[in-house]
Amino acid sequence: MTAPSSSGPPWRPGATLTTLRLRAHLLQRTRAFFATREVLEVETPLLGHAGAADAQLAQFDVRLAQGETLYLQTSPEYAMKRLLAAGSGSIYQICKAFRAGEKGQLHNPEFTLVEWYRTGFTQRALIDETCALIGDLFGRALRAPRLLSYREAFLQALAIDPFVAPDRILADWARRHDPGAATLTLDRDGWLDFLFSMHVAPSFPRDRLTVIQAYPSSQAAWARTEGDTAARFEIYFGATELANGFHEATEWAVYKARFDEQERRRRAHGLPLIPADVRLLAALAEGDFPDCAGVALGFDRIVMLAAGAGRLDEVISFTIDRI
Amino acid sequence: MTTYSTNEFKNGLKILIDSDPCAIIENEFVKPGKGQAFNRVRIRNLKTGRVVERTFKSGDTVEGADVIDVEMQYLYNDGEFWYFMSPETFEQLPADRNAVGDAAKWIKEQSVCLITLWNGVPLSVEPPNMMNLKVAETDPGVRGDTSGGGGKPATLETGAVVRVPLFINIGDTIKVNTQTGEYISRAKE
Repeated sequence: MTAPSSSGPPWRPGATLTTLRLRAHLLQRTRAFFATREVLEVETPLLGHAGAADAQLAQFDVRLAQGETLYLQTSPEYAMKRLLAAGSGSIYQICKAFRAGEKGQLHNPEFTLVEWYRTGFTQRALIDETCALIGDLFGRALRAPRLLSYREAFLQALAIDPFVAPDRILADWARRHDPGAATLTLDRDGWLDFLFSMHVAPSFPRDRLTVIQAYPSSQAAWARTEGDTAARFEIYFGATELANGFHEATEWAVYKARFDEQERRRRAHGLPLIPADVRLLAALAEGDFPDCAGVALGFDRIVMLAAGAGRLDEVISFTIDRI
Repeated sequence: MTTYSTNEFKNGLKILIDSDPCAIIENEFVKPGKGQAFNRVRIRNLKTGRVVERTFKSGDTVEGADVIDVEMQYLYNDGEFWYFMSPETFEQLPADRNAVGDAAKWIKEQSVCLITLWNGVPLSVEPPNMMNLKVAETDPGVRGDTSGGGGKPATLETGAVVRVPLFINIGDTIKVNTQTGEYISRAKE
């Protein structure tokens, strides 16, 4: 039997072979970076009985033969925290993470994360290390990162204080300056996300890292909070988000309360309920969870920027549209 | 009634916005790693041609617009409506001036046009890309000048005015590109 000549579906990779070689090289560099710092490489399961509590993340569910439901992990965070509670010390992982419904020029439902945890690190020490890794992977000298707080970023770009402005002011600003927002209805954090993504981040200087710190505590995720701010940071290159990190909360009660809060949000928005990770809670209750800071870095976006590309499709062998 | 989730958004999808039929021409997914996801889309209003921006919360649903493209043959106009016929069902449909738009100055009886229907009513009319049309009016031709340089305006049988080479005469049939309004060549009848 002869193969058909030309009418088959497109099968070629989106990334050129040159880009795939760069990708392989950057994986090696990442491992070398952590090896010299004596951070242990680990692997944790991509499947779990629990999924991320975060109501903003949609998970793929997978059925075991016996009919049990498992979830493809949206990040390796919970399993890595169990290793920390078991005394692993500083650890890193390069793995696939899965987020259903996230698809676009800068998103693919299956993507590669570099996630690491540093015991005894302050948030500032981890920011410096993350910027050092990004600079190393870009392979060229970057200007020193610009550090500012979430509040300063809003004040500079929009002249709005995100901590005190009433919801109505946030919505008014959006509707006045962005015709696309005319019919949007959002809650407070929704408006903050809208303004940050569409109007604050695009104002960051191109070709330079911007580090945002001190998020509102309503957006703490797993960061420690102090008063109305959370010890959470994000790193941007231009307007592109590259990394998200925390000075990690360590107490069982904090995790339990945030799992409950996310479950409440899921119920309120009619989203699928995801079982809380009882093994993580047990690790926090019984283990010796260390004082640590952790961060997740989007590896595909790093490759994209290092390659001078504009879309993930140019740096991933086969994105969702090609499988 | 069809509804689409933002996850199904793609270029060309027809949706109802402010009760007008629109086509998506650009769809950008925006999401902070932690936080609300959005679809920022640019849409063309198929009635007015205007392009607007709209941002949706990802996961929101939008009503689909029952918009289809069909080939129909132009029959005649009565000054108010232009009548088209389906070559398959012989069904006839009137299109108003708004829907016919610029196509009015290119089409003649039996021209096969692409009609965009919304709930079965013509929304827009696309003339054939190339038309052979007779010159109704132009300055007298210059015999022997086939260079095509210079040129002069000519009014065609359908009313369109195009620039033609000097050698073209009244009564000649020419081939024109209806998209650009350009003369292509002299044509046989």
